[in-house]
Amino acid sequence: MLSRTADHLFWMSRYMERAENLARLLDVTWQMSLVPQSMEAANRSWAGIIALNSLEEAYAAKHATVNGENVLRFMTTDPDNFSSIFSCLRMARENAHAVRGTLTTEMWETLNSTWLEARGKSFEQILNSGITEYFEWVKLRSALTRGTTLGTLLQDESYNFIRLGTLLERADNTARILDVKYHVLPTSEEEGASDFYEWGALLRSVSAFEVYRKVYRDVITPDRVAELLILDRDMPRSLHFCLASVVKNLELIANSHSGETQRQAGMLYSQLRYGRIEEILKDGLHEWLTDFMDRIYLLGDGISKDFLVPMSEAA
Amino acid sequence: MNFYNEMYDADGSVREHYKAYEAWLKATPPERIERKRAEADLAFHRVGITFAVYGEEAGKERLIPFDIVPRIIPSKEWKALERGMRQRVKTLNMFLWDIYHDQEILKAGKIPAEQVLNNAQYRPVMQGVDVPAGIYAHIAGVDVVRAGAGEFYVLEDNLRVPSGVSYMLEDRKMMMRLFPELFAKHKVAPVQHYPDMLLEKLRAVAPQGISDPTVVVLTPGAYNSAYFEHSFLAQQMGVELVEGRDLFVKNDVVFMRTTQGPQRVDVIYRRIDDDFLDPQAFRADSALGVPGILKAYQAGNVTLSNAIGTGVADDKSIYPYVPDMVRFYLGEEPILNNVPTYMCRKPDDLAYVLDHLPELVVKEVHGAGGYGMLVGPASTREQIEHFRKLLIAKPDGYIAQPTLALSNCPTFVEEGIAPRHLDLRPFVLSSGKCVNMVPGGLTRVALTKGSLVVNSSQGGGTKDTWVLED
Repeated sequence: MLSRTADHLFWMSRYMERAENLARLLDVTWQMSLVPQSMEAANRSWAGIIALNSLEEAYAAKHATVNGENVLRFMTTDPDNFSSIFSCLRMARENAHAVRGTLTTEMWETLNSTWLEARGKSFEQILNSGITEYFEWVKLRSALTRGTTLGTLLQDESYNFIRLGTLLERADNTARILDVKYHVLPTSEEEGASDFYEWGALLRSVSAFEVYRKVYRDVITPDRVAELLILDRDMPRSLHFCLASVVKNLELIANSHSGETQRQAGMLYSQLRYGRIEEILKDGLHEWLTDFMDRIYLLGDGISKDFLVPMSEAA
Repeated sequence: MNFYNEMYDADGSVREHYKAYEAWLKATPPERIERKRAEADLAFHRVGITFAVYGEEAGKERLIPFDIVPRIIPSKEWKALERGMRQRVKTLNMFLWDIYHDQEILKAGKIPAEQVLNNAQYRPVMQGVDVPAGIYAHIAGVDVVRAGAGEFYVLEDNLRVPSGVSYMLEDRKMMMRLFPELFAKHKVAPVQHYPDMLLEKLRAVAPQGISDPTVVVLTPGAYNSAYFEHSFLAQQMGVELVEGRDLFVKNDVVFMRTTQGPQRVDVIYRRIDDDFLDPQAFRADSALGVPGILKAYQAGNVTLSNAIGTGVADDKSIYPYVPDMVRFYLGEEPILNNVPTYMCRKPDDLAYVLDHLPELVVKEVHGAGGYGMLVGPASTREQIEHFRKLLIAKPDGYIAQPTLALSNCPTFVEEGIAPRHLDLRPFVLSSGKCVNMVPGGLTRVALTKGSLVVNSSQGGGTKDTWVLED
């Protein structure tokens, strides 16, 4: 298929996945802010979201203080913030528009009407009808997009590039959520009941609360949460799961110069496949996650060079 | 002025071919119609069948209004029209071959040579180039109107990149979705096979020796006003939709950049004007084109559809000669009428035009899309005086025609159902000896009361066009 088409498909799915994960992250932060805590602690969490996306400067240009309402406004409906949910949905739709002939009618209509609806939602309206309802809507639209893709698209190369985009983005986003939350959450055992709610909210943000119960049948502990989100083979938002799928999809689209990218993906995958949580934690979770995110970035770069934006006319 | 009404005859009784529809319309509760119209609007928005309007906010997309009263053409009328279309398009292709080869028609003195050779649309680079099967305009969109007592007149021949066929197809789909019962009552000839027919034609004109040609659609990009159509046709034909930057030329062969490396391209259905095709040959500032593509084309390694240089045959200054061309090349009498045309470059014609501006339509020779024209009877004194100055300053830039009493058809508008003027653009596909059409075309309707300008950029809408089978 055309490199440019693959590029648009890849970014279409990345932006949609990003919008969903952003909704998840904001939702969990919002939920946690409802648990009794100091104002400082709450604002630290909100500041964490801005830092996570390296948006400190852009945020400061618009808002003088960091608080829940400002951050929510900035990250949901603000069209000037290129990382807001609004912007992600717009970019997803623009990429889809550029290749709409490659998409099935159902996929295009889903993406297009998502964008048309998003455009009609003001922050005040969202707040009025309950912000959680908005996050549910974003997640639902993302799920619909994924569903129509799975249910209607021919599983050829275009499907592989869409999956690659989704899973690479998700791996990055899950790592980010874990990184930002792991350190602001209490780990000492004396803190009591609030742990349960906070760790529970983190698990819910990646739809893993029930999964945790099923897998561990035990109380929630930070190490196990990390283990679940990083190493679990079957949890659709874990790093292990995402990388397994990245490796598989890369194999399906391989070309004559993608060998190195495949090797990098395979190495990262084997760390997750054969790694142990004790070792990861021993070296420091933050360091490990930072390294992981760097390598995900390089992987995206490799895919881009090998398939999406060929540098030279290598004929 | 008396106008021919497509639905009612002069006595006000319903024409035979509209009887079943009219009865249905009378029997259908207005609320249902209203609901269906809203449904159509929503569906068009969701599907994103929109077009961009130049001069408005960048990236803004607008719907082309769709009217639910179909334009119905009885079989007998269609057959005559179809014969006339084939004759005309065949002639125009022969003219193009002639002009770019031996120029017999100029030698015979049928058309003043300078009219052709000094025309900005004449492309010297095409001189002597043998295009496959001798066909230049594989896709033609011939605009016809009905006037007087219902005779068809050709308004213009669009041989460069005629658009609108996607609306023909989407309008039919919409009609069938909204009012399936109507199709049970009428034998409406199908049009949905157009993309198949198009693909077949494009494959048929591939460079010699290519048995399984790769066809692509070349678009200026997602912000072009007709992008929806480009993408729609590529999808329907199952071929790649490419932009200039997706293609490159190496050793006079065109390739596209794919995820598996370069892939050869054999036929390009290009929706980009000649001027923007190749920055090395035409406009150097074009970022839409493909450097070197003209040389690949001249070498016969790729087919461009339509060919370069077709504009010399559909130019308004050449239009008046088409009936003579039919006689010259085919030895037949033209089946379709031309609108009588005053060529303002001729002093006598200019004098007449200047004397009769309030009753004439004046068009720029190279204009299109309903821009840069004067409809005398509908214009203010200032507008007329403005055109008078333009004409005197540059007479060879304009032609003038009598204002035709365009036929009208009942149409849904704000105040209910009222007659509005319309035209028709059937699409004619050519490859070698075969000239084919799907029965129907795009009917455009001027939604403003009294307006004779049907272009979508000027607020026109569309109607589904039904050719009834016997």
